[in-house]
Amino acid sequence: MNPILKAALAGAAGLVVTAGVAAAQTKTLDTVKQRGSLSCGVNVGLAGFSQPDDKGNWTGLDVDYCKAIAAAVLGDATKVKYVPTTAKERFTALQSGEIDVLVRNTTWTIARDSSLGLIFAGVNYYDGQGFMVKASLGVKSAKELNGATVCVQTGTTTELNLADYFKSNNMTYKPVVFEKLDETVQAYLAGRCDVYTTDQSGLYSIRVQQPKPEDHLVLPEIISKEPLGPSVRQGDDQWLTIVKWVHFALLDAEEAGVTQANVDQMASSTNPDIKRLLGKEGELGKGIGLDNDFVAKVVKAVGNYGEIFERNVGSGSRLKIARGLNNLWNKGGIQYAPPMR
Amino acid sequence: MAVVTTERGPPVRTASQAAFFYRPEVRQAIYQIVTVVALVALFYILVTNTAANLRRQNIASGFGFIDRTAGFDVSQHLIAYDNTMTYGRAFLVGLLNTLLVAALGIAFATAVGFLVGISRLSRNWLVARLATVYVEVIRNVPLLLQLFFWYFAVLKSLPVPRQSYALPAGGFLNVRGLYLPAPVPEAGFEMVALAVLIGIVASLVLRVVANRRQMLTGQRLPVLWLSLALIVVVPLGLFIVLGKPLSFDYPELKGFNFQGGMVLQPEFTALLLGLSIYTASFIAEIVRAGIQGVPKGQKEAALAIGLSNGQTLRLVVIPQAMRIIIPPLTSQYLNLIKNSSLAVAIGYPDLVSVWSGTVLNQTGQAVEVILVTMCVFLSISLVTSGFMNWFNKHMALVER
Repeated sequence: MNPILKAALAGAAGLVVTAGVAAAQTKTLDTVKQRGSLSCGVNVGLAGFSQPDDKGNWTGLDVDYCKAIAAAVLGDATKVKYVPTTAKERFTALQSGEIDVLVRNTTWTIARDSSLGLIFAGVNYYDGQGFMVKASLGVKSAKELNGATVCVQTGTTTELNLADYFKSNNMTYKPVVFEKLDETVQAYLAGRCDVYTTDQSGLYSIRVQQPKPEDHLVLPEIISKEPLGPSVRQGDDQWLTIVKWVHFALLDAEEAGVTQANVDQMASSTNPDIKRLLGKEGELGKGIGLDNDFVAKVVKAVGNYGEIFERNVGSGSRLKIARGLNNLWNKGGIQYAPPMR
Repeated sequence: MAVVTTERGPPVRTASQAAFFYRPEVRQAIYQIVTVVALVALFYILVTNTAANLRRQNIASGFGFIDRTAGFDVSQHLIAYDNTMTYGRAFLVGLLNTLLVAALGIAFATAVGFLVGISRLSRNWLVARLATVYVEVIRNVPLLLQLFFWYFAVLKSLPVPRQSYALPAGGFLNVRGLYLPAPVPEAGFEMVALAVLIGIVASLVLRVVANRRQMLTGQRLPVLWLSLALIVVVPLGLFIVLGKPLSFDYPELKGFNFQGGMVLQPEFTALLLGLSIYTASFIAEIVRAGIQGVPKGQKEAALAIGLSNGQTLRLVVIPQAMRIIIPPLTSQYLNLIKNSSLAVAIGYPDLVSVWSGTVLNQTGQAVEVILVTMCVFLSISLVTSGFMNWFNKHMALVER
């Protein structure tokens, strides 16, 4: 055999095999630390959740989760590489290792936990699917939508819930399915569809971006449970634990009253709960591969969960969505984090 | 080292192990074997490595999902479909939609392309310039932009269903599409359809007979008029005699949309328009090149023996031009078929939108789904190219 050819062949074969094995064995935490930045999969543009401004700065609830994880792992919330993904591309991006964590208003379902090779770390926004219609249509309830044409984005749980809802209510509809959010909304606005359907947070987000939001009406019915949250690849428990506890830390910080403004004073608090939370007592951070004061870094960078919520989608934003289910468990919501101890 | 001359010709080295490898036929064989082994090994590694990685990452694999319930709806289906049917059925729906738009697109693009191509050579200044502008504008703008233009320009300029334009004969035009009365055949209509079919066959036979007659006697039968009578007049007479066995289902505004009738959806229309008009601009250039490739003397000779301009084009120039036109035309057909996958951008439920869009996402089995999609496009393209090659051979100049 030609020695050059032989060497090339062996090299090529070796490359393919080692590439596969390498991806399996490296821990995401080490990869992120080595790279010096977190690769975070976000939505290409959804006001309140993840949206770039004209200078390319990303903002939103999901974006703040990316920043929080970067702050916890690297100590610097700016070290994030945002990877915008469409509904269709998102899981492949995570599976292939292009992104370290997917925080893209993605619904947690058993099918996604079981067959896509990924695992959800928590719920950062409890949502539900709703309908938006033009106010001029005169429709007040989703039950009046029999025979309507519905614009929907492909690759979402929305597409399936839609079919289920109309079937269980003995109504018919015509779907018009697009790959990208922009085209879906454009078609709805052009009158191609009577109805635009997605998670209610998304509907409010699209509505406020219109020149005259009052021309559009979000119908009262919520037809599904859509717990949205960050997800990671299966088989890396350490990384899963980190993402999970960054989320819990944000909730625990809110519950303890630790905010972006007072986190430095709180560090000298005598309350043992707060001391543990901010890493003044115990070795809680080390156990999951982070610094003990990771919560302090996170809260300093993005604030607690309540602050993130109000700033991006709540009273401090144009969306003005009420906390509702997303309030803490002791304030009438269902956001509940295990204790830091 | 001794060099001996054998009976077979060139001198070869002997008594050396190395010499064996320097024989041209041995070296050729070795290179070919090595290449094949390397390719097979590479594919084997790729396949097993992919399978192993998928298994390790707990990503489902295999084709078991095809029999599972799809659970989503598709707006345009040529075969019966609803959300209780399987992913396999959804695949067929998408495939048929792709084939429909590709077939109609090829037909329209060819017709428009030939027209524009011939117009570019017209002696009429305006016609030739218009054709040039068409070609230069259309072929230099990206297809995706043209699709968006057709789709959103059409959508934005049409009224909502309640303010539809009423068309003559019970049709309606609005942002949801073009609604036309649907013909509903009644008892006896199959006789009329049969008569049309017989008429078509009879006029084909007539053409052969007329050609033979012309060869023998030089006299020409009025083939066009006779064919028209056979295909249109006779069935029409039968239709009236049978008491007009055809009724129409008229579209009617009920609730949000028009119900009944036939509908031409804007997604389909925009895609068909975009694909045909874009590809036609390339076909026009191919046709022009083909016609200009026919030696001038051929045309002059045809005119000299008294053929009219039309006959010269139809009987002398085009048949010879076809030899030049068909091979690049095939490439354009293949391009059109592949470009139809841009449907996903404007919401037309083609194979890429339904199968490698929705199905891929609901199942998460990207490798299998994309593999099938590629195989399907490859098969459609190979069949088209096979047919065009056969057609090319058929049209090729027969040297006598």
